[in-house]
Amino acid sequence: MAKQVNVFAQNQPGRLERLTEVLLEEGINIRAITISGAEEYGVVKLLVDDPRKAFDALRREGFSAYLKEVIAVIMDDRPGGLHRVCRVLGDSGVNIEDAYGFVFQDRKTAILVVEVDRLPEAEDILRSRGLELLSDEELYSL
Amino acid sequence: MKGEYWDAEMELLSREEIGALQFKRLRETLERCGRSPFYREWFASAGFDPARVRSMRDLGALPCMDKNTLRGDDPRRFLTVGLDEVVRMHSSSGTTGQATVIFHTAADIEAWAQLVARCMYMTGVRRSDVFQNMMGYGLFTGGLGFHYAAERIGAMVIPAGSGNSKRQIQLMREFHTTVVHVIPSYALYLLEVFAESGLDPRSDTDLRIAFIGAEPHTEGLRRRVEEGYGVRAYNSYGLSEMCGPGVAFECPEQRGMHVWEDSFYLEVLDPDTLEPVGEGEEGELVFTSLNREAMPLLRYRTRDLAFVYPDECPCGRAHRRISRIKGRSDDMFIVKGVNIFPMQVEKVLLGVLGVGSNYQIVLDTVKSMDEMRVLVEVSGELWHGEVKELNELRRRITDELRQEILVTPKVELVEPGSLPAGEGKAVRVLDKREHVKGVEDG
Repeated sequence: MAKQVNVFAQNQPGRLERLTEVLLEEGINIRAITISGAEEYGVVKLLVDDPRKAFDALRREGFSAYLKEVIAVIMDDRPGGLHRVCRVLGDSGVNIEDAYGFVFQDRKTAILVVEVDRLPEAEDILRSRGLELLSDEELYSL
Repeated sequence: MKGEYWDAEMELLSREEIGALQFKRLRETLERCGRSPFYREWFASAGFDPARVRSMRDLGALPCMDKNTLRGDDPRRFLTVGLDEVVRMHSSSGTTGQATVIFHTAADIEAWAQLVARCMYMTGVRRSDVFQNMMGYGLFTGGLGFHYAAERIGAMVIPAGSGNSKRQIQLMREFHTTVVHVIPSYALYLLEVFAESGLDPRSDTDLRIAFIGAEPHTEGLRRRVEEGYGVRAYNSYGLSEMCGPGVAFECPEQRGMHVWEDSFYLEVLDPDTLEPVGEGEEGELVFTSLNREAMPLLRYRTRDLAFVYPDECPCGRAHRRISRIKGRSDDMFIVKGVNIFPMQVEKVLLGVLGVGSNYQIVLDTVKSMDEMRVLVEVSGELWHGEVKELNELRRRITDELRQEILVTPKVELVEPGSLPAGEGKAVRVLDKREHVKGVEDG
């Protein structure tokens, strides 16, 4: 299952700089990043080429990091692509807790990364409805 | 008519008369303590024979007591009377087994009311006054202590309690309040509410006296209260273990608080050696109650640091005067009049988080009011990567702290390593409040 690195960060100048510096020092490439925030703090979510290495480095540098299991779904990059995924999950009563997407350079496919409440089951549901999921290796080697 | 003094006989005792009365009352108190299971053991373990006490100095053979002594035993074992003689209990701040309980007989309540009446009368409160008591009622002694005293004087009491600023102002105006009892930082806050309402307490109220106590404050803050309200403001000192307010109080000279030495024996000790400090030197106030029935306390350490003025007071009262409280010999701090120990915060964090976490308590003044922030480091072990989890954690810490310390702090979650590590008060409690900054003397 795909892993994303979640990092607790205070909402203060310089915090992201420090975080990305750690990743730079480890030679880690970032595929996607989002920040979900409360007022004074937030969670930085990173999709990287080597999540385990990123996690270890961040922990070692004192960050509160967590390796979060996520699902990466391949979508067609055209109208209705996202809708299809959401409908499948919605029909099955799976709740999406957080999601973000990005588009491939080829402009034909897009990836939706979702955090859901019923994880292994959600994967099965998506697959059974003909949707393709990215394996860890595929995701990290994008 | 009482004339200038509420209790001229006690207030005008000479030093010699005070000494003689103290010794007589000490002997009575020690005899009374012999009826308490706790004191019998306390005396025996110290090898202290109360019958052999020949002077106040001999009391020095007894170890000092403190809050931990009280917490270490069932409060009922301190009683020198049967439980059916007890008419009231009060308790200092703290819940969940940490509270210290003090019992009162009817005579204790009356003696206490008389002491506070003496204080209020000394500053000019009379039957024609309207007294608005803006202190919390309940287990806290600040509310009821003044309430009963004002009624003894015959003033009309408005038992307003704390908070609800608009109503406080409305009551003051509608019932022509002349005297208030208020926490000093709240007095400053209320000035802002007056201003926002387009009112000036100097011309729009009949206020003339304010009693400010329950938290340390500077001379500068007193002057701001006096100028802002157009009143004379008097400092008040007390602790629930001795009765509550009424232990020491300022006279119109406003230079030090007279300790009512007919009722309390004061020692000023070096907090480390527990030896008396030199005359006029700062030390920890240690009190022995001389006039309490239910639960007398002997050599009770207050942890409050102050000094005794060496000179005589022009007011004519020979009862010695203590300075403003300069600080504490332990790590307790006071927020909005409530006593708080860092240990209470630590205990709650341990309970909620399951593991110890680095934290810091930051005290600040925001719009003249105390603000307490608790910064907590969120370590990777505590957390599973979700924002809602953090929000929930913050909510739980806030709720449980409120229940433990009776004040609602602002809880902030911070990254690991962002707080100074280590032990000790200087690190755990960062006090940036204006009214405690450099508590100078008047």
